Amino acid sequence: MSSETISGPILTSDGIPLKVSLRKAEKRNKIRAFLLVLPLLAFILITFIIPIGDMLSRSVDDRYINTVFPKTFEVFKKWDKQDLPPEEVYETMFFEINAAKGYKIGKSSTRMNYSKSGWKSLIKKSQRKFKRIKEGPYKEQMIEIDKRWGDPLYWKALGEMVDPTTMGYYLNAVDLKYDSNKEIIAQPENRRIYNHTWIKTFKVSLLVTLFTLMLGYPIAYLLATLPLKYSNLLMICVLLPFWTSLLVRTVAWMIILQQNGVFNNLMVIAGLIADENRWKLMYNETGTIIVMTQILLPFMVLPLYSVMKTISPSYMKAALNLGASPLHAFWKVYMPNSLPGISAGGLLVFIIAIGYFITPELVGGKDGQMIGNWIAYHLKTTLNWGLCAALGSILLAVMLVFYWVYNKIIGVENIKLG
Amino acid sequence: MALPVYATTGQRIGYYSFLTYCGFVFFFLIAPIFVVLPLSFSSSPFFEFTREFMSFESEAWSIRWYKQMLGICDPNEIITTVCTDKWMRGTVNSFYIGFVSTFLATALGTVAALGLSRPHMPFKGLIMAILISPMIVPLIITAAGMFFFYSKLGLTHSYTGLILAHTALGTPFVVITVTATLTGFDNNLIRASQSLGADTMRTFFKVIMPLILPGVISGALFAFITSFDEVVVVLFVGSVEQVTIPRQMWAGLRQEISPVILCMATCLVALSIALLTTVELLRRRSERLRGIKHR
Repeated sequence: MSSETISGPILTSDGIPLKVSLRKAEKRNKIRAFLLVLPLLAFILITFIIPIGDMLSRSVDDRYINTVFPKTFEVFKKWDKQDLPPEEVYETMFFEINAAKGYKIGKSSTRMNYSKSGWKSLIKKSQRKFKRIKEGPYKEQMIEIDKRWGDPLYWKALGEMVDPTTMGYYLNAVDLKYDSNKEIIAQPENRRIYNHTWIKTFKVSLLVTLFTLMLGYPIAYLLATLPLKYSNLLMICVLLPFWTSLLVRTVAWMIILQQNGVFNNLMVIAGLIADENRWKLMYNETGTIIVMTQILLPFMVLPLYSVMKTISPSYMKAALNLGASPLHAFWKVYMPNSLPGISAGGLLVFIIAIGYFITPELVGGKDGQMIGNWIAYHLKTTLNWGLCAALGSILLAVMLVFYWVYNKIIGVENIKLG
Repeated sequence: MALPVYATTGQRIGYYSFLTYCGFVFFFLIAPIFVVLPLSFSSSPFFEFTREFMSFESEAWSIRWYKQMLGICDPNEIITTVCTDKWMRGTVNSFYIGFVSTFLATALGTVAALGLSRPHMPFKGLIMAILISPMIVPLIITAAGMFFFYSKLGLTHSYTGLILAHTALGTPFVVITVTATLTGFDNNLIRASQSLGADTMRTFFKVIMPLILPGVISGALFAFITSFDEVVVVLFVGSVEQVTIPRQMWAGLRQEISPVILCMATCLVALSIALLTTVELLRRRSERLRGIKHR
């Protein structure tokens, strides 16, 4: 210690202190390593992360309607929300509806319809009949064209659109909405669909996780304890489904589960069920759960197997030797040791299951639909992209929480493939 | 685990019921895949095992759906689903998109894995989490995000869009398998090569590459099968023009219920068996090379 302080810092051959020189080399190495990762990182950011971010921004974006009715919203803000808006609001509305051309007004009226149904038809009708109005005052003439212009509820519904961002889609995604005074209320009974679907999504995912664990744990144990030449052969049975197309497996299940399918036929031949009351195993929640269990089973077995492989067989032998019954030994010794595998497999299956779309769509029928199906529905059919993005963002947030937990417990770099 | 000779009757019963249970689970896993195989030779247009089919009557068996899959149309057909060349076009497209995106994913992923395996890599955890995310995020969310963003860039309904999307989806597999191969890689080999006068590129291709090749190939195969099986992104980002095998199967299931699906499914099962065998052989070779002995 003392000699070091006397002779000063250690120097390299060219006179630079060793510490500085090492730090420099370290920094150079860091940059070099980072440069290798950079191309992929940039690629993933552009092709994947930014699109996801774009979706997130869409879920609160309300700018479009503000570009179509900028002046109306400006004067609308001054209105005291009592009775009907002043003439000025009617006037700007009149001119801005006339100014907006086909596509623009269509898109805006669709947006307005989300907060109060009826807006779309009102605007469509008004567009045709506004030609009759030559000059102001506009208020009475507009109400004469359609009574709805005289209904304060329609006007108040505009209140939630005057800001460039809205929480409306998120509210819709959990069966809430703004009322005419911009207070958050529950959707009417007959329009509540999403909370039910969210619960169903979690229920199905949990059940699938539970079933895969029940089916996967014993076979992972068998694979881990058999001699390698047998277990390698059996491992193929786990890996082949993993490599087989999802659609192929779903088709196969449709053949098995349909009313005249393999399962029902066998049961009828065996005399276990009568020909006329065959079980309905497909196009419902049961079908979704059965098929998803089989499809996700490898994702449970593989992590379990890799953990169980590291548990020394002598632990169990020791426990048995010390007088524990086999069940007791398993519960107190083997099970706790295999817990990391259970959490890895369970989280993985759950994460994959909550975002499932293909299987519920094909075998789920009406009753087996999950949240992924609603996202697809709004994306392709209703074109309500705000709601689609909001549903997607909530699903993503839920999934990221589980991904974070997974990363904390197991670590992403420990994901094993085959 | 075998049963010891001194096992009690209770243990024996327990052991054999355990084996039966496992047998049932393996059957549950594997049987559905082989159900499609015989049915693809049925002449019936429904996905059913008919009585005639089961008693091997010659009229009940045929290869007509295979002919339709290949785009060979028989004008004398009594039952015709719409004869179409979409299956063959789909095959070509699937391989085209699959090969290009696999190539890109493998190149990008391998280089990134080399960087990630260096001891000096900064923010390793965060970067790894980002690079793996395409594998974790549900496909429907990926598809929605890409649909919104790519349509702004005019990339929807184009091969470029699909290839970029599939490359992003395939890279996590390459990163995972190659980093796994690189654990236990002896960095002295690189130093030795460099001290003998080889430059970076030469070292990479002559020293590193041969050693990590099994990992690279299995990563590439994972990336390929991911692209080859992928249907959600294709449905939303692609158009009818970019029909792929999964997209055509999807259409076949949703709209036409065409038995040709079963023929294509059979071919896909054959392909997955081939790919699985390759990956397994590679994995064992790589374990042997790294000196991990089988117990």
